[in-house]
Amino acid sequence: MSAPDAVIRAVELTKTYRMGEVDVHALNGASLEIYRGEVVAITGPSGSGKSTMMNILGCLDRPTSGEYYLDGELVSSLNDDQLAAVRNRKVGFVFQSFNLLSRTTALANVELPLRYAGITKGRTDRARQALVAVGLANRIHHRPTELSGGQQQRVAIARALVNDPAMLLADEPTGNLDSHSGKEIMELILTLNKERGTTIVIVTHDPAIAAQTQRTIRIMDGKVEQPEAAR
Amino acid sequence: MNFSQAIREAIESLSANKLRSGLTMLGIIIGVAAVIAMLAVGAGAQNTITGSISGIGSNLLFVFSGNMQEQVRNEQPLTLDDANAIADPFQVPSVAAVAPVVQGNAKVTFAGEVANTSIMGVTPDSQIVRNYELTEGVFISEDDMLARASVAVLGPDLAEKLFGRRDGVVGETIRVEGQPFRVIGLLQSKGGSTFGSQDDVLLAPMTTTTARLIRRTRERVDVIYVQAINPDQVSQASEEIAEVLRQRHRTLLGEDDFTVFSQQDFVATAQTITNVLTIFLGGIAAISLLVGGIGIMNIMLVSVTERTREIGLRKAIGARRRDILIQFLTESSLLSLFGGLIGIGLGYLIAFIVGRVAAASGTPFIPQVSLDAILLATLFSTAVGLFFGLYPANRAAGLEPVEALRYE
Ligand SMILES: Nc1ncnc2c1ncn2[C@@H]1O[C@H](COP(=O)(O)OP(=O)(O)OP(=O)(O)O)[C@@H](O)[C@H]1O
Ligand SMILES: [Mg+2]
Repeated sequence: MSAPDAVIRAVELTKTYRMGEVDVHALNGASLEIYRGEVVAITGPSGSGKSTMMNILGCLDRPTSGEYYLDGELVSSLNDDQLAAVRNRKVGFVFQSFNLLSRTTALANVELPLRYAGITKGRTDRARQALVAVGLANRIHHRPTELSGGQQQRVAIARALVNDPAMLLADEPTGNLDSHSGKEIMELILTLNKERGTTIVIVTHDPAIAAQTQRTIRIMDGKVEQPEAAR
Repeated sequence: MNFSQAIREAIESLSANKLRSGLTMLGIIIGVAAVIAMLAVGAGAQNTITGSISGIGSNLLFVFSGNMQEQVRNEQPLTLDDANAIADPFQVPSVAAVAPVVQGNAKVTFAGEVANTSIMGVTPDSQIVRNYELTEGVFISEDDMLARASVAVLGPDLAEKLFGRRDGVVGETIRVEGQPFRVIGLLQSKGGSTFGSQDDVLLAPMTTTTARLIRRTRERVDVIYVQAINPDQVSQASEEIAEVLRQRHRTLLGEDDFTVFSQQDFVATAQTITNVLTIFLGGIAAISLLVGGIGIMNIMLVSVTERTREIGLRKAIGARRRDILIQFLTESSLLSLFGGLIGIGLGYLIAFIVGRVAAASGTPFIPQVSLDAILLATLFSTAVGLFFGLYPANRAAGLEPVEALRYE
């Protein structure tokens, strides 16, 4: 049996924050693997280190120690510009609080990653297609303030997908939404996995959402809980 | 990110905060307007001074006795004979006309009005050499010279002081040092006041002057004005004059005991003075630009802090350090470039108004805004924006994505 293709392989990650005299171990030797095309939920109590883990997986932050391989590449060996390129091309990040640029339209927000990728040809078309894919065909020229929360999160998802990343990382994507639009966003994310095969990692507190995924990873006190491996 | 996009984004973000951007630009606007106005006024002043020097006459040379650089023993004065020798076309072919002058001060009175004025004993040729135009009457003639006539030609300012008017004075009799002189002519105004007033003078025949007003031994003269035949012959004429005078004063070997000075030399001196003035004023303007630059830096720092989350987000979706740097540098240099352009307009306006005010107060003076000054101001203001934007932009570019995203 050939080893499954791991998009993410994290080995003994630690992240330590120094708060004055005491060290806070946000991650304390967490290891996990996520395979291509999977939909995985990360759960755990508040303060257990889920967001810290996601930031490292998304190359927004560097671990204090441990090794992280993304698509087989050792991330800690990359310099800042290479990290920026990885964030741009391989990772799509969706935040709890949307994080859209409020001055510009949905289209311009979605175009932004393409701009940083240096793509000029067909850029607007690609951005428009991404917006159509998340069901916002008729809101393309709206600004974030003119959109509902659910619609804003759709724009954020379109932005995360426009560069066709290997994986989509979502840190509590439905946390700021009512249950109805939360469900719609989850449906959208699952559809994207089916249609494009994008690997998806979702941090959530909601058991209902976790139940929709193929696998759940529990984080406790900065470590990955083991029963998972038995499955 | 390409250049035009960066500019478009910068304009969008600057116009999102119009009042703030405007106030920030104000510093640069004032600085650049000051630079432009100063340079324009400086150039205008230079032109006016140069103009008033040319107003003395054209292709002029001035011969003084004495040497300004070296000590000379046995210094001989300049005499009428020296002047006649310089006027000899065979010895000095480059000279067109010669006007020796004796000058001093005297008390001039008319019907109770008293004026202390400079008087000059001149020859008829000085009308050509010094470019004297008359508004009425005639100039001093050879006959007046021979007869040692008690006649005078007045400058318009002197006429104003004595008679309270600038016309209809020919035929009046005035007293110079108590002696009666008949007014035969009135000079046109030369304007300008670079060499004291050229309009507050009294001209009398050289012969009359030396005999009755300014006692001079051995036909001594104070200055000899010489006109070269054309502008290209001025330095040639200067050489020839020096040659003749060396022979006459027998100073072929030692140092010259006279000085030949050309109009161009005066112009050069005047230019040095106005240049110093321009540099000084320019320095003041540069300081205000500096203050404007600090204003830009200040506001850019505020803007970076305000937009920390935005910067974090941009980095999270793939912006490199360089992209953020360019974004903020574009904003700061656009801010100062716009400020610069508006400043150029304002400076132009100020210079124009200064010109109008000067014209209204009787000093014809045209400020000149040169292309150089405009280019300089544009370049300099953009450079100020770049320089003072560097620190805030660097700070923005150096932010860590996670921390920036967490910022409230
Ligand atoms: N910048 C920081 N400085 C100091 N401590 C931090 C910092 N970021 C996180 N921590 C600490 O690390 C631990 C893990 O934080 P993290 O944000 O990963 O929790 P979480 O699992 O995402 O919680 P939640 O479910 O509430 O979002 C917490 O105890 C937190 O106090
Ligand atoms: Mg969290």
